[in-house]
Amino acid sequence: MSFLTDIGHVLLTADLWRAALEAAVLLLLPALGGVISERSGVVNIAMEGMMLTGAFFAVVADLAWQNPWLGALIGILAGGLMALIHAVVSIRFRADQIVSGIAINIFAAGLTLFLVQRIYGLQDVGHVGQSSLLPYINIPLVDQIPFLGRVLFQQNVVVYAAIILLVLVQIVLFRTRLGLRIRAVGEHPQAADTAGINVYAIRYGAVITSGLLSGLAGAFLAIGISNTFVPNMTDGRGYIALAAMIFGKWRPLGAFVACLIFGLGQAIYDANSVIHVSQYLLSMLPYILTLVVLAGVVGRSIPPAADGLPYAPENE
Amino acid sequence: MSTQPTEKLAVEMRGITKAWPGVVANDHVDLSVRAGEVHALVGENGAGKSTLMNILYGLVRANSGEIIVNGTPARINGPRDAISLGIGMVHQHFMLIPVFTVGENIMLGREPVAGPGLYDYGRARKEIADLTKRYGLDLDPDARTGDLPVGLQQRAEIVKVLYRGANILILDEPTGVLTPQETDELFVVLRGLVKEGKTIVFITHKLREVLAISDRITVMRRGKVVGHLTTKDTNEQEIATLMVGREVLLRVDKKPANPGAVTFRVENLTANSDRGVQALRGISFDLHKGEILGIAGVEGNGQSELVEVLAGTRRPTGGKVLLGDNDVTTADAREEREAGVGHIPEDRRGVGLVLNYSIADNLILGRERSALFSWRHLLLRLDAIRAWARRLVKEFDIRTPSIETQARALSGGNQQKIIVAREMASNPKVLLAAQPTRGVDIGAIEFIHRRLVAERDEGAAILLVSAELDEIRSLSDRIAVMYEGRIVSFEPADAPEERLGLLMTGGGGSGERTGAA
Repeated sequence: MSFLTDIGHVLLTADLWRAALEAAVLLLLPALGGVISERSGVVNIAMEGMMLTGAFFAVVADLAWQNPWLGALIGILAGGLMALIHAVVSIRFRADQIVSGIAINIFAAGLTLFLVQRIYGLQDVGHVGQSSLLPYINIPLVDQIPFLGRVLFQQNVVVYAAIILLVLVQIVLFRTRLGLRIRAVGEHPQAADTAGINVYAIRYGAVITSGLLSGLAGAFLAIGISNTFVPNMTDGRGYIALAAMIFGKWRPLGAFVACLIFGLGQAIYDANSVIHVSQYLLSMLPYILTLVVLAGVVGRSIPPAADGLPYAPENE
Repeated sequence: MSTQPTEKLAVEMRGITKAWPGVVANDHVDLSVRAGEVHALVGENGAGKSTLMNILYGLVRANSGEIIVNGTPARINGPRDAISLGIGMVHQHFMLIPVFTVGENIMLGREPVAGPGLYDYGRARKEIADLTKRYGLDLDPDARTGDLPVGLQQRAEIVKVLYRGANILILDEPTGVLTPQETDELFVVLRGLVKEGKTIVFITHKLREVLAISDRITVMRRGKVVGHLTTKDTNEQEIATLMVGREVLLRVDKKPANPGAVTFRVENLTANSDRGVQALRGISFDLHKGEILGIAGVEGNGQSELVEVLAGTRRPTGGKVLLGDNDVTTADAREEREAGVGHIPEDRRGVGLVLNYSIADNLILGRERSALFSWRHLLLRLDAIRAWARRLVKEFDIRTPSIETQARALSGGNQQKIIVAREMASNPKVLLAAQPTRGVDIGAIEFIHRRLVAERDEGAAILLVSAELDEIRSLSDRIAVMYEGRIVSFEPADAPEERLGLLMTGGGGSGERTGAA
């Protein structure tokens, strides 16, 4: 059982927890997007594709303009554009939302690969210079707190943004008028419609927001954590975010807890040179946990009642 | 009924026409509702009542016609417009979100805000409390809506409409889901609203309610208005004739029963509900050949569970069920069926039919293994099935374009006739009929009642469960009253309504008489 003591040692290092938080945020952004989209009643399994598209365009823009902020913005918009496709197909044309999501994921993988070859030929995409990356910022004073300072306050700017977004989404969904309406639309669109709420507008807004957040995650991955685009670099994170959303019972804070657990698994996985556990076993962890949750072991996770059901007003 | 309805019109609809591909739902319909009256809009299912009201509420747009609200021509392009004109609608299927609190449901779409976009639940609660107090509607705004009984959910719907400042309330089949007691309470509420100056449009097909609550009546049939009546100058027969377009038999015509030997014996039966609570607390009765035993009771007192146990779709926790000398206590649905128990379930669309199947397929559901319809349990005999379906469609007057039509496409009454036909055609020894005419139009009710009596006369033992006291009293040869999972009393068929009503709510009666009659 020596690997347990190995893990024990690693768990005591601040660097591991810092990496865990970073990995968690990478999952949190698309997970928040998923929560918003599905709370409005549109199933979204396309975070993977939206993230990948965001990652690619962030790199393209950053390489072109040498500006990480512009890169991030383009990445965010690219994710939003992919989400718009999902929104039109599933809201306007009332198509099956799972099928649309899968299509977008496959489309994103193909599109980015195709564009890589068109734009950069057979060479590498190229590397973003150190100065053009989304910066890591140490928050003065608090970053000197032993252990916690390293974990919490020597992070990438996107990590701070994600934590603020987390709080914001939690408040918007459960304390604001907009959130009440989003949830109403996701539970019972007819009821919302008869109460004078524009069901389509809410759903479009929610789905596009999920794309923006996923796009930001992609940008973070490509020009924050990494410094280039590699085909299929999201590597299933969009799906793990989906699992985190379900694990968190379609609640932002719940999803964050799930992301932390999965992020910790990822960090341990990355520290594998120190620990001697099969990396394949570790990479299975998020999915096993998700299955456990879906089976209802940790209390049932019930999706919004109208999740995945297209809305057609009576008149049509 | 009301205080002085004036000649002033609250709503006037002129020449409203709405056509969907293949159906004209409203054909030049005129409706005028006076301010301060209760106006009943009656007609059979599919007559176009709901469409007309959905047009008034902006959910459906008319092809032509005009709407005048409080004397001013109105353009209503959505519920938002209707709400701003002071029109509110309580829908047949509640527009409530089960996981929200009552207060959240009521304020939805008109949430008071405090600060940047944050809603002010406290203020909404206070406004709701003011409303409920003013109209004498007892309602807890913090209750989770889905946990409330149907009557209270409906009350939440009414408060929701009032919260939006409605002066004209449309109620679409509001009593369809209510118990007699809840209906009475609703009528008290409605009278209170009228006293406060509200105008009410009441959609229904129940004639007694029309007479009890309305001032004036508009009758629709097949998309057209066929009569404007004043309630105090009309009667059930006249309305029914207008609705159906021919004379209808409102009373069930039946000979006295001629009960034979005991067919079905239930002894001290106990069972749990879905939530694991004890729903049946020792039910015992004998059901004789050639009689109809009616089970009266407020819904939710164990009737559903009783029928499910007897039909083999719920496991009892104790007791005994004997069919002749056969112990069928733990028989499953197929075994019950093979032993000769027919079942008309209360949930027609969810349990009784496969809506996406054709009528022919629905007519053999549960009998597909029989030699008549299958060859060695492997292949269906399609010709035999079609012939059978054609015969039953004719015999049970199922109105359908063809036997290959999906059950989903038929009206509620015709869907119910499919089930009745299927269950009766196998000549069951025992027939369990749960809410056999719920949501079914008058013509079909008349037909189903006649068939039940005919089945009885041919020697079937029939257990009739119904929330409609009228139905129980007119069909049954004996009545058992259920309350909180027990049979509190056996009554003769001519027991007065007041007595039954009292027993159903736990009053009167002779205590815990659970024995067989």
